[in-house]
Amino acid sequence: MHIVYPAVVSALLFSIGVYGVLARRNTILVLMSVELMLNAVNINLVAFDMWFRDQLHSGQVLTLFIIVIAAAEVGLGLAIVLALFRNRQTVDIDRLRALSESSPPEEPVRAQQAAPAGDDQDGLTGQPGNGSSGRPAGGQTTGPARRGGTT
Amino acid sequence: MTEAAPPFLPPSMQEIVFLLLSVVAIGSALLVVTTKQLVHAALWLVLCFGALAGGYLVLTAEFVAWVQVLIYVGAVVVLMLFGIMLTRAPIGRSADLDSGNRVVAAIVALATAAVLVTVVIDGFHLAYAPPRPGDGAAQELGASIFGTWVLPFEALSVLLLAALIGAIVLSRTDIRGAPPTGEASTAVGSPESNGGK
Repeated sequence: MHIVYPAVVSALLFSIGVYGVLARRNTILVLMSVELMLNAVNINLVAFDMWFRDQLHSGQVLTLFIIVIAAAEVGLGLAIVLALFRNRQTVDIDRLRALSESSPPEEPVRAQQAAPAGDDQDGLTGQPGNGSSGRPAGGQTTGPARRGGTT
Repeated sequence: MTEAAPPFLPPSMQEIVFLLLSVVAIGSALLVVTTKQLVHAALWLVLCFGALAGGYLVLTAEFVAWVQVLIYVGAVVVLMLFGIMLTRAPIGRSADLDSGNRVVAAIVALATAAVLVTVVIDGFHLAYAPPRPGDGAAQELGASIFGTWVLPFEALSVLLLAALIGAIVLSRTDIRGAPPTGEASTAVGSPESNGGK
């Protein structure tokens, strides 16, 4: 087996992943492209493990480690995406450009939940309102029930 | 390490199989990043990972291949599908999956591919290793992991635990940090309900 073949395949797969990360808009698709790039690295590791005839099998063991880390990364990434979706009602990366919370909300805005994914300005201003009113509403309904069960 | 490389042109059977699997993997990866349907992207990802697992088998990494099937195809893609469902993504065709900078992204990706492929071909066109069966069997790999690599292995288990707890904390809605000043609705809400009980 010529090592060039897996190396070239891995380079192509990595470039496809780069394109996906840069060109996609949906956050989950970006996560998928990151997975493609990680797999490209895995091919390289396995191929070079075969080439070096490593007694410790460093390449394959590192591949296993990368697979595990990728699984953890996907779990955390999806948790972040879901938290984002709860607060902003969108997973569109191009719309997530607010880096800080805006000014503290004057009054809880409950109408934000009805409006699905407004424009950028809407997402910017509506976020604290949702964060303070939308989610704790769920927390308050489940909170007493759970507490009642324990006490 | 490097043996005398046989000529490229009559490719061996393993190389043919590997190249066919690679064509499947790269084609489905292209479809993952270009398809208009979100769910189809996840399903093409399954095909891509499956073909890569076949490639690992050809590269004599059996255990890695089965771990790839179990974790990637079994767990990661299912997680992705859950994410797609829970974010209420459109199931059918949607036109806005690509952002506006597709052309720039394509240029960057093509440049990356050109540089990488050129360098890799230039560097490794003489590298050759005949596949040796049993090199990546579970026995050898297990002895290696639990002998030499046992410390990274344990560190990795701690990392998985941290990721698990982090995902739980991130996705539960009734765990909140210290309430920011001026916002007392949630901070007051829980003691009230607690006192009411």
